[in-house]
Amino acid sequence: MSKTPEELLQIHYHPPKHDWMDPSIDFEARRGTWSYPGGVKSLEYLGLPNPREWSPTDEDWKLPPNWQEIVHRGFKDLLTKYRSLRIFMDCCVRCGACADKCHFFIGSGDPKNMPVLRAELLRSVYRKDFTTAGKILGRAAGGRALTIDVIKEWFYYFYQCTECRRCSVFCPYGIDTAEITMAARELLNLLGININWIVEPVANCQRTGNHLGIQPHTFKDNVEFLCEELEDITGIHVDPPINKKGAEILFIMPSADYFADPGIYTFMGYMLLFKYLGLDYTLSAYASEGGNFGLFLSRDTAKRLNYKMYAEAKRLGVKWILGGECGHMWRVVNQYMDTMNGPADFLEVPRSPVTGTVFENAASTKMVHICEFTADLIHHGKLKLDPSRNDWARVTYHDACNPARAMGLLEEPRYLLKHAVNHFYEMPENTIREQTFCCGAGAGLGNDENIDMRMRGGLPRANAVKYVHEQHRVNLLTCICAIDRAVLPTLMDFWVPGVRVSGIHELIGNALVIDGENERTTNLRGEPLHGEGEVSDDV
Amino acid sequence: MRAVQALTVVLLLIAIAWGGAALIPAVFAVAVPYLALAVFLLGITLHILAWARVPVPFKIPSVCGQQRSLPWIRQQRLESPFTSWQVAGRMALEILLFRSLFRNTRSVLTPKQRLVYQPDKVLWLGALAFHWSLLVIVLRHLRFFLQPIPRSIQLLSALDGVFQLLVPTLLITDVLILGALLYLLGRRLFNPLVRYVSLPADFFPLLLILGIAITGILMRYVDKVDLTAVKELALSLTVFHPTVPHGLSPLFFIHLFLVSSLIAYIPFSKLMHVGGVFLSPTRNLPNNNRARRHINPWNHPVPVHTYAEWEEEFHDKLKAAGIPMEGDD
Repeated sequence: MSKTPEELLQIHYHPPKHDWMDPSIDFEARRGTWSYPGGVKSLEYLGLPNPREWSPTDEDWKLPPNWQEIVHRGFKDLLTKYRSLRIFMDCCVRCGACADKCHFFIGSGDPKNMPVLRAELLRSVYRKDFTTAGKILGRAAGGRALTIDVIKEWFYYFYQCTECRRCSVFCPYGIDTAEITMAARELLNLLGININWIVEPVANCQRTGNHLGIQPHTFKDNVEFLCEELEDITGIHVDPPINKKGAEILFIMPSADYFADPGIYTFMGYMLLFKYLGLDYTLSAYASEGGNFGLFLSRDTAKRLNYKMYAEAKRLGVKWILGGECGHMWRVVNQYMDTMNGPADFLEVPRSPVTGTVFENAASTKMVHICEFTADLIHHGKLKLDPSRNDWARVTYHDACNPARAMGLLEEPRYLLKHAVNHFYEMPENTIREQTFCCGAGAGLGNDENIDMRMRGGLPRANAVKYVHEQHRVNLLTCICAIDRAVLPTLMDFWVPGVRVSGIHELIGNALVIDGENERTTNLRGEPLHGEGEVSDDV
Repeated sequence: MRAVQALTVVLLLIAIAWGGAALIPAVFAVAVPYLALAVFLLGITLHILAWARVPVPFKIPSVCGQQRSLPWIRQQRLESPFTSWQVAGRMALEILLFRSLFRNTRSVLTPKQRLVYQPDKVLWLGALAFHWSLLVIVLRHLRFFLQPIPRSIQLLSALDGVFQLLVPTLLITDVLILGALLYLLGRRLFNPLVRYVSLPADFFPLLLILGIAITGILMRYVDKVDLTAVKELALSLTVFHPTVPHGLSPLFFIHLFLVSSLIAYIPFSKLMHVGGVFLSPTRNLPNNNRARRHINPWNHPVPVHTYAEWEEEFHDKLKAAGIPMEGDD
């Protein structure tokens, strides 16, 4: 950790004197706010352009000699493929309503983190190269020539956007910076400019089936190990099928859920729930990743990785797919999968085998979010829950960007929490639901070399948690996103020590009363049930 | 600096109209308006066609409310529309009432290091006042082009002048549009962040429309224009039999030239947001992705890693771990 919270809080929202059109990024001086470049091996494995050793601090980024032409052609191509990009390039009026809606701007004060200016970095080149006024008048018409410094600036700022889409909620034309960032990253990719925290997981996922590069036998080991832990705590034996043909449901979760703390407790929650229900399901070691870092590289890589979900569902002959708690996974599943890799006509419209509910809202994609699935169970009284087992926790809920703004999955997780815990407190209204703030580390930015920017970007979220921590002694931040579970603990330790992070199905697992279980003395983390939250209640 | 550039251009336009109209009135009364209208119609048509030709590969609404999922959870129809009618409702709110701008907040970091988000409706109010006034003013002007003047236009003008404070009647929209323009301009000049992002192309239309409004107001209240002459010209233009009557003041020519400049400028500028707002894919698509498949016309194939390739690569490990394989049965 290179800076302290007090240091990071010295934020100045006043723009500098010099014109924003003249770019210059001193990467050496700005260590802690950018990510290391994509590795050669991964790029080669994926067949992506210009694999080479380089560093942003180098003067020479080793670009192909005709790099300008490559970008120009690429830009033109995108403009003929995406109406969103075309319109967002043309119709921004720079009203500035988006300016202080971006967590990176709020946390850094850097004016180029205002969504309007982030977009202008690309738009200025668009005007110069593709509009009449810009071609003739140049800078007077807001046009800017594509120089190497512009490319460097793109790399810096388009990897300081988490594609969270909060700005697009406030924009009067719905201009979505995620679309602009995705376009810019695709252009940079053409030159071999990208970051390793994205490229390596994508290569891993393409090869092994998951971002972490876990091979099938290790996948099985991990699952079994976690199930043993689960049995130690609950006395319930769980033996989840892997690659089982003919199962009714294929369950796909983000890989962090079977790999890293605290996601593994969410995994235990899923397993316990399925055991309780006697669900006929299978996991897959081939489609062993719900998440899709391909989305953060290009829409083509997103499609490549996403392909495995339907392919595996078809191979195994399941009826429908159930998806775990993950944010950007659901952006892909909800807004892209059916279009990219559908139609899923080999599957059936999802129907809960427990309640008989037909999920008409997933009639075409045939994939149901586990929060929808579990909410339906609770609504039909199918779960016996003892929320007092979660009395150690005073809980708030962080809406992950994508389930909120790409799906509208707002009430389902809250409904689960209201049945699984006794102490639930909402954060302030401008920081939740469709106005939720990003964790600051989405879209592939959750690495350690970028830690200062992560902490800055996470400030608005953390600040809202701090509010409920102080007002209601909240000590647990729940979420339905694997990136959140991976990065929020660091963010909390930095800004709001004393608040921990969990998935929602971890708390469902704690509260679930199952026949034949041991008397629960600990939660799924192995901690005594009568912990801090309950004690502090009496204070 | 950028504001000065824009102001210079507007002043230049005024000078051109002033000098030009004295020398060659027919050009400024007839040729320029026709040309401007032609550029506007052609430009805007080509622009919208160019947009419409580009496909919408993915259904990417920015969802601002609860989705339709389980029947007992209340869907927010206008924030998260599922059907086309609900989309129409969302669009109507956006276009007529600037729904998204209404959400505006201002983020403030307090001395106690707490971030608060204060409601900030001034921009919304200013934008609404400006756009609605502009619409009413444009409609009011139809009285110059239509004979007899339709009842609806007469009624609109009467409503606009409902506060009869002055003679001639002070029109509400005149006051509103001036106030709104000065607010929008002031914001660009004095809000440091907005000034930082503002281009000449942001100041120019504001100043141009301000010029149009001021000349219009002067003609109504100060240096009164010969309404009969104006109407004669307007009617002659509509039937393509242009005649330039006597009695048109320099002020009128400036007004007309600035209006002509504005409409000719629209297709090449950010003022195309008028059309863009209708076509924005984050607003005009329903949030029913999982229920209705969206087709991408250029959905090209990508290199994938098939199960067969995967099984081949990990064959021994799969076997040792006892994970079922294709060859098993």
